[in-house]
Amino acid sequence: MNANVKFTPEEQQRLLDAELAGKFPDARGRFGPYGGRYVPETLIPALERLEAGMREHLPREDFQRELAGQLESWVGRPTALSYAPRLSAAWGAEVWFKREDLAHTGAHKINNALGQALLAQRLGAKRIVAETGAGQHGVASAAACARLGLPCTVYMGAIDMERQAPNVGRMRLMGATVVPVTGGDQTLRSAIDEALRDWVSDPNGTFYLLGSAVGPHPYPVLVRELQSVIGREARTQYLKRQGRLPDAVFACVGGGSNAIGMFHPFVADREVAIIGVEAGGRGTGLGQNAASLSYGWPGVLQGCYSLLLQDENGQIHETDSISAGLDYPGVGPEHALLLSAGRVQYESATDDEALAALQECATLEGILPALETAHALHGAKRWAARNPGRQLLLCMSGRGDKDMPTLQRTLLADQGGAR
Amino acid sequence: MKPHERLSAAIRKGAAGGEPAIVAFLTAGFPEAKKFREHLTAVAAGADVVEIGVPFTDPMADGMTIQRSSQAALKQGVSLRWILAELGAMQRPAAPLVLMSYLNPLLQYGYERLAADAAAVGVCGFIVPDLPFDEGDDLRAALRMAGVALVQMVTPVTMPERLARVCAASEGFVYAVTMTGTTGKSVEVPDSVLEYLARVRAASPVPVCAGFGIRSAAQARDLRGTVEGAVVGSALVEVLERGEDPTAWLRALRGG
Ligand SMILES: Cc1ncc(COP(=O)(O)O)c(C=O)c1O
Repeated sequence: MNANVKFTPEEQQRLLDAELAGKFPDARGRFGPYGGRYVPETLIPALERLEAGMREHLPREDFQRELAGQLESWVGRPTALSYAPRLSAAWGAEVWFKREDLAHTGAHKINNALGQALLAQRLGAKRIVAETGAGQHGVASAAACARLGLPCTVYMGAIDMERQAPNVGRMRLMGATVVPVTGGDQTLRSAIDEALRDWVSDPNGTFYLLGSAVGPHPYPVLVRELQSVIGREARTQYLKRQGRLPDAVFACVGGGSNAIGMFHPFVADREVAIIGVEAGGRGTGLGQNAASLSYGWPGVLQGCYSLLLQDENGQIHETDSISAGLDYPGVGPEHALLLSAGRVQYESATDDEALAALQECATLEGILPALETAHALHGAKRWAARNPGRQLLLCMSGRGDKDMPTLQRTLLADQGGAR
Repeated sequence: MKPHERLSAAIRKGAAGGEPAIVAFLTAGFPEAKKFREHLTAVAAGADVVEIGVPFTDPMADGMTIQRSSQAALKQGVSLRWILAELGAMQRPAAPLVLMSYLNPLLQYGYERLAADAAAVGVCGFIVPDLPFDEGDDLRAALRMAGVALVQMVTPVTMPERLARVCAASEGFVYAVTMTGTTGKSVEVPDSVLEYLARVRAASPVPVCAGFGIRSAAQARDLRGTVEGAVVGSALVEVLERGEDPTAWLRALRGG
């Protein structure tokens, strides 16, 4: 466990009890000590409207009916639960995938983008802004906005535009305006800063469609609610197929949206181990990875109090990961809580481990996972080695087509390039 | 006088002639860390209050100019610790000093130590753009122990009931943001903004300073009679960036 996070067993139990009782987020948008709303005063009315709108519309039957209808007929839900026979044989444990890579636009991001876009429409938004790292949230936002007839602007770091080039073209074809961000670290963090600046300029007419379980309240809970469809479906499907629950559940953690969506419906199942896998990059030193739950300590970034990769002066540190979607120095506040409460274990996989896992999954299962997902695959493989014969369920958060520029430079270069 | 009272008094005194007092902003250590003391002294000579920007990696409320100045200062190793040490080592100007910082550097420094260390080097207040009123209790309480102000911001979209609450809790002055947006753009001061500023002033027990987008003498003049002070930020940072004389520029801004 992260040495910077210290809670007594009694405190851990209290946090877990509150989480299980559905007490988080509390009235102040907190998950225990984490979360909150640290934004410029200009955004406060917009966040209050968003929170009120979420509470009003999300539980309504007509909203849920519309969302469920679009998820079924347009996104392609429920996504499949797949048994992975050859990986199971290779790893010595039973391996199951929840196939978010089969969702429309190729990743779990569409669950949240569609839900928020529907909410935006009901709240009378005139335009949507979004940030994107791997481009999957940008593509999902562009698609949902095209579907609903809303103008969409996506901010994307210049480095990410290059390494996830296929997704830039997809967003543009679906009518979104993609704005390169050249300030800051030119990855996901700078894209969020720039999207926030856009939103501050027009907080009444613009809806900020945030793509992960991060940011100011109510985004972490809104994104969790919209992504929990992953874990709810997976749990039901698994029970139906196996007549029991898996021994362990895995997901990769960037901001933490696919992970919280997968984990949340399993948190109360005490017999199920839950494991999140972060980007270990090139090593354990500050600046060499993006593993904020493993190495970070508490601080405030982009609207919320959570674990951050930072220096002793409180400056946010640059991160390093082969995977654009995990390359972020913070993490959603509910993951910080689940770590603090001792309910979820967080570990990391390095760039090389993720690449090897991607290769293995592609050749043995005929599934090319996203580089983000490949981190979870490595974590699952490591667990399987220690738990022979047991059963694991992994969130296959997305497909790897978008990663071809990186794969050409790495795995395919080692194999003599693309030819 | 407590530090927060010195701050209010300096603004009232600066506004006594009718023109708004000038709150002048510079990013600490920009363009050159080794000229910080010299720049601070020169800016203070033309201003009623000096707002010193603590650079941060993710200045989400700031436009291009302050993003650029913050990054350049960070590259030179500027930090909150360094700024406080510089202030402690120099002949400090008569104008009260305010630190503008995003929350995380303050949080990592530790609020209690911050309040004591800042007060010891003449800092009278803090402006924290990503700390809205509701999240400010801990910092406000720590600063209050040292008599240092936590300056609250209000904006044109702040609801009347909240505006009243925020103004009532503000110390030093109330920072009335003139527009929805980031720093650095240029704003007109149309009647609707003046009307909003007048509302803020009516609600505030401490002086009101308008800021964001104020770049010219004409804009400062438009504020006369409505608020007690005007904050100039990006435009002054650009003056320093171009190597011009900030004292002369600030005097011209006051119209002579
Ligand atoms: C396929 C895939 N998985 C995971 C992530 C990481 O995001 P999160 O942690 O919010 O699920 C991304 C982000 O872009 C992604 O595209």
